[in-house]
Amino acid sequence: MSDARIPLPFHEAAPRALDDGQLRRNLANVTSSIREKRAAMTSEMPDWEALRDAGKAIKEHTLANLGHYLEQLEASVTAAGGTVHWARDADEANRIVRDLVRETGTRDVVKVKSMTTDEIHLNEALAEDGVTAIETDLAELIVQLAHEPSSHILVPAIHKNRSEIRALFLEAFDLDPSELSDDPAALAGAARRFLRERFLTAKVAVSGANFAVADTGTLCVVESEGNGRMCTTLPDTLITVMGIEKVVPTWRDLEVFLQLLPRSSTAERMNPYTSFWTGVREGDGPQTFHLVLLDAGRSATLRDEAGRDTLRCIRCSACLNVCPIYERVGGHAYGSVYPGPIGAILTPQLRGAKQDGELPYASTLCGACYEVCPVKIDIPSILVEMRRRTVHKERAESRLPATSLIDAALRGAAVAFATPRRYEAAQRLARIGQAPWVRKGVLKNLPGPLAGWSDARDLRAIPKQAFRDWWRERDEKQEMDA
Amino acid sequence: MPRASLFVPCYIDTLFPEAAIAMTRVLERVGVDLDFPRSQTCCGQMHVNTGYADDVDHLVRNFLNVFEHAEHVVAPSASCVATVRHMYPDMAKRSGDPALIEAVDAFTPRVKEFSEYLVDDLGITDVGASFPHSVAYHPACHATRLLGVGDRPLQLLRNVAGIRLKDMPRANECCGFGGTFAVKNAEISAAMLADKVADVIHAGAEVVVASDNSCLMHIAGGLQRQRTAVRTLHLAEVLASQEGVPA
Repeated sequence: MSDARIPLPFHEAAPRALDDGQLRRNLANVTSSIREKRAAMTSEMPDWEALRDAGKAIKEHTLANLGHYLEQLEASVTAAGGTVHWARDADEANRIVRDLVRETGTRDVVKVKSMTTDEIHLNEALAEDGVTAIETDLAELIVQLAHEPSSHILVPAIHKNRSEIRALFLEAFDLDPSELSDDPAALAGAARRFLRERFLTAKVAVSGANFAVADTGTLCVVESEGNGRMCTTLPDTLITVMGIEKVVPTWRDLEVFLQLLPRSSTAERMNPYTSFWTGVREGDGPQTFHLVLLDAGRSATLRDEAGRDTLRCIRCSACLNVCPIYERVGGHAYGSVYPGPIGAILTPQLRGAKQDGELPYASTLCGACYEVCPVKIDIPSILVEMRRRTVHKERAESRLPATSLIDAALRGAAVAFATPRRYEAAQRLARIGQAPWVRKGVLKNLPGPLAGWSDARDLRAIPKQAFRDWWRERDEKQEMDA
Repeated sequence: MPRASLFVPCYIDTLFPEAAIAMTRVLERVGVDLDFPRSQTCCGQMHVNTGYADDVDHLVRNFLNVFEHAEHVVAPSASCVATVRHMYPDMAKRSGDPALIEAVDAFTPRVKEFSEYLVDDLGITDVGASFPHSVAYHPACHATRLLGVGDRPLQLLRNVAGIRLKDMPRANECCGFGGTFAVKNAEISAAMLADKVADVIHAGAEVVVASDNSCLMHIAGGLQRQRTAVRTLHLAEVLASQEGVPA
């Protein structure tokens, strides 16, 4: 899918983010504190590993029978008075929602925080019809007012501190500087006054979903603020856009996920608001309910044996919080609504833009993400597989990457390492060839792509004797002695 | 007498022979009969992890041939062992060659990282070493998260005479090396290294020890560039050290 809204590629965006000291400090503060809390919240659970296994198993089973459960969900939602729509891709989903909103005649829509609607750029699509979609999650509202994309799955405004937020609110809510301090409670109060008006007047709400229960047709959203619940209860019409992988078979399966999700994401035993709704009910809540089931690359991912585990993701963002790369560059550098380790494997599969091929390289393969994933997605292995595909794609298009010297070096090494004779020749060659760069036993100012190394690090020069030479010498000596 | 074949990864063979020499000395001291098959070259980790797995199928076959008759294969590198144990099965599967798949499945469990071999296979946690210095231990990511070596290196270090182990803040965090990551994403790698170097200095130890020279090469690169006096040593070098024969 080509998309004009795709921002800078990672290799250009990441160094810029690194240079932003304020961003780095904000990120380090938030990720380190949430990391510690998550560790405490998961280690107090004696059955945490069993829960992870159960979460993985439920998702695997559901994905293996996805068609069945989606049809069951459609039947249950329809029986409860809702309407189900199927969307092949982002454009189709946006068209469905635009048509539904147009039918109501409203110009204002309130939104529950939702990754899926970010993924399809629904707000921009609604804006084409002159419809304003107001984000009601506090952090989403902040990034919306700043005209920025979110930078974290769960804490979209992680890159902003309170003085930056105060400046945004002063302008957006048209306040006098004396009326608003940067006290978090004062900031939340200002946002509350602004949002309450919208809740009381909005005719339509749009939400995503954390889970959908196939056998009852129940949708579920978990959140912290209660603003999501305002949206799912006050307006006349509720439209939910949900990726097809979010379905679970039964109500009971939620027992597992409602423990895994809050502890992994916000590091809470239980999230403050968990909203469930099943179809419509006369005189109570929205009188019209639409569920848009979005594919947008998910079926293709499901067919792919090496990539399908990605679909188990419950968007908890624990992998972002422990990722040393994410901690240093933040979410915007990934140029995708899904940043961090999960984004590095999800984006190339769901979006598949040209530049997404470099995202799997945004990792040292340290494995911290796999260690915390509540549904045990082996992200490092999928990263390695996605890298293999990037290389294949680039070769097929004979488009050598920016680091084509690395490509040449690796191809050369693959040949050189094929026999011990060639390997030892290469070893000797490296020892001789390093001479121009050796200063007092240290390699300095290395050429080509190796410059990236020597810009910030020393490297000891290759010593005269390799281990194999030492071993041979010792062998020969022992033989002589004998 | 236990027997084992040495697997000395290409970068250790070439750049850090002293780590492999130290491993040889420790294993021989505890009575292991060692051989070093000279036809070994490289396990292919750098290729596999950079997306070039399909270029190095021949290295997998070569590795199997070289160590075919080995009782145990022991290496001073967790990440190369992890490549053999975790990546070779995937590569064999992709090749579609049933004989290769079977050979890899039968062979890979015999490949051990140095501390695994000492603690699990030989049942040894005290190798009779002496190292009267302060040490901060860096748990290499692939050792802890891929191989699950846990505290085996620390068990070995705790039994070293005279050693003073120092706690390091955020010890479990990656140093930022990541193989070709260090050149492909050099700026991020350098930012991670800066934090690791700060943590090492904060630990206040004379020496940083790890079970992989790759992390150590990176950490040493940062320590030297900043003209600090902290040294880096492979776990095997500390364990090889004895009174009168220091590392």
